[in-house]
Amino acid sequence: MTPTKPKFELKLGMATREAFGKALVVAGRENKDIVVGDADLSKSTYTSLFHNEFPERFFSCGIAEANMVAIAAGFAYAGKVPVVASFSCFLMNKGFEQLRVTVAYPKLNVKVVGTHSGISIGEDGPSQMSVEETALACSLPGFVVLSPADEVSATALVLAAIRYVGPVFIRTGRMKAPIVYPPDQKFEIGKAIELVEGTDVTVIATGLLVAEAIRAQETLEAEGISVRVIDIHTIKPLDRDAIQRAAAETGAIVVAEEHLIDGGLGVRVAQVVAETHPCVMEFVGIHDTYAESGTPEQLLDKYGLVARDVIAAVRRALGRKKPRA
Amino acid sequence: MPPKKTVPEMQAIAKRIRREIIEMIGAAKSGHPGGSLSAVELVVTLYFDVMRHDPSNPKWPDRDRFILSKGHAAPVLYAAMAECGYTPLDQLNTLRKLGSIYQGHPDVRFIPSLEASTGSLGEGVSLALGMGLTARLNGSPSRTYVMLGDGEIQEGQIWEAAMFGSFHKVENIVAIVDYNGIQLDGFVKDIMDVAPLAAKWRAFGWHTVEIDGHNIPVIQAAFKEASETKGKPTAIIAHTIKGKGVSFMENNPKFHGTAPTPDEVKLALQELQ
Repeated sequence: MTPTKPKFELKLGMATREAFGKALVVAGRENKDIVVGDADLSKSTYTSLFHNEFPERFFSCGIAEANMVAIAAGFAYAGKVPVVASFSCFLMNKGFEQLRVTVAYPKLNVKVVGTHSGISIGEDGPSQMSVEETALACSLPGFVVLSPADEVSATALVLAAIRYVGPVFIRTGRMKAPIVYPPDQKFEIGKAIELVEGTDVTVIATGLLVAEAIRAQETLEAEGISVRVIDIHTIKPLDRDAIQRAAAETGAIVVAEEHLIDGGLGVRVAQVVAETHPCVMEFVGIHDTYAESGTPEQLLDKYGLVARDVIAAVRRALGRKKPRA
Repeated sequence: MPPKKTVPEMQAIAKRIRREIIEMIGAAKSGHPGGSLSAVELVVTLYFDVMRHDPSNPKWPDRDRFILSKGHAAPVLYAAMAECGYTPLDQLNTLRKLGSIYQGHPDVRFIPSLEASTGSLGEGVSLALGMGLTARLNGSPSRTYVMLGDGEIQEGQIWEAAMFGSFHKVENIVAIVDYNGIQLDGFVKDIMDVAPLAAKWRAFGWHTVEIDGHNIPVIQAAFKEASETKGKPTAIIAHTIKGKGVSFMENNPKFHGTAPTPDEVKLALQELQ
């Protein structure tokens, strides 16, 4: 059987943070209850766009993320739909206690948007890099955790997050991201998207690694290896059915993400695989280290987060996979 | 809205609430009596005179709101809310027990008429700011009151929130510092002194008043002054006595976080006749 393969041009689009900022303005026009807070990074998070159009609903919080998160909780208690944004590392780490006690514990309708996720922020270096956000966000009971791959998914998921009632964390990136999706693609929170059908192995990816997974699939296909590619845009709650099917139907799974392997998407997928249909797994991610300064491309290459690394992981997985009876 | 109480009526309610605090913490065998007893007149004056609220309509959007940022003083809040009719008086002695609505620290999952879940110190002013700004955006007369411990304000987030409150001119919120001078490890002046407290709040741009936190008419006057203050939030530095009303608990750091024994409960209730 020859799987029908959609064509991926992977043309460079907006950064997901910019798509967020633009979608937020669209949402703000419809929903007058949206209020936005930023901690002196609004030009980087693109909440400046919302500020320009709705100055009365934008609150400059200064460089004080903890206060900003708890103010958002106060807004939500009183019925507003607060969105707070900053570099993911500051928002999640400095605001974590407030996310835990003031937002997650009473399960408030707060939207938390981290920009500059992962190491692809480049030259600023590890103090500004967010490599533990998935672990942190997923450890907040009741939180939805979203991780868009491109501008199309970022736009759709931001709007979906606003419509959803409850706490949501969205991780977005600094770099322009290759466009994976057609403009009319539909997204549903919690529902993974199978981008490429395949039978030998599945690559489950999120964020920037989705495009790398597609590139890896194209190379491997030329060698006759049938690779299924799944975009997990919702890290929590996970699409257990899609993961179980991938495990059962392809017998080998590679998970790829721009995050520490500890506490990342891969570990969460492995839990589902262990609970449903154990199979061979390999992990592409950051191995228990902080990165350094460099261009985004240099860093992704050095820390093992490009198509080459996905291909190597697929080969390891296939090497360990038991032949079918 | 229920009718406002007179000062003598509030003094009687304050005494009843002190008894309830002792009984509920005694029954729980754990809890924080000192900081509940120090805050009784402040909380009673808010719930029975100052605040516009309606126990029969707890989600009235224009209501005034109270946040107990020093969440370990939950017993004084629970007793006041029960006396108002928000929650059952006859269950107060289930405090801290499995399945009780009266959780160790205020928890909106168990009492939806609470304005916020608290317990991790330092977060209440920020919560109040979000509520105050919401009222401003909605054109609502709602005011938000947040009670802080004096040890609690050692948390940095308090001062992040204090900066924000004056910068954004959130005039419809009031922070009340229960300045009883004692925190868990001992006297505040020995752990991490917060003096000069009024000067700190003034420096952060808040209208600041210092009062005797046990004198109800004085408390009423302070809240009136706060409601008349425009362009900035108000901080009320309320000088209080930790353990107020029970001689052996007064100014005794032991009773910050230690429940009275059954004998001590008896003694305390005799004093609170």
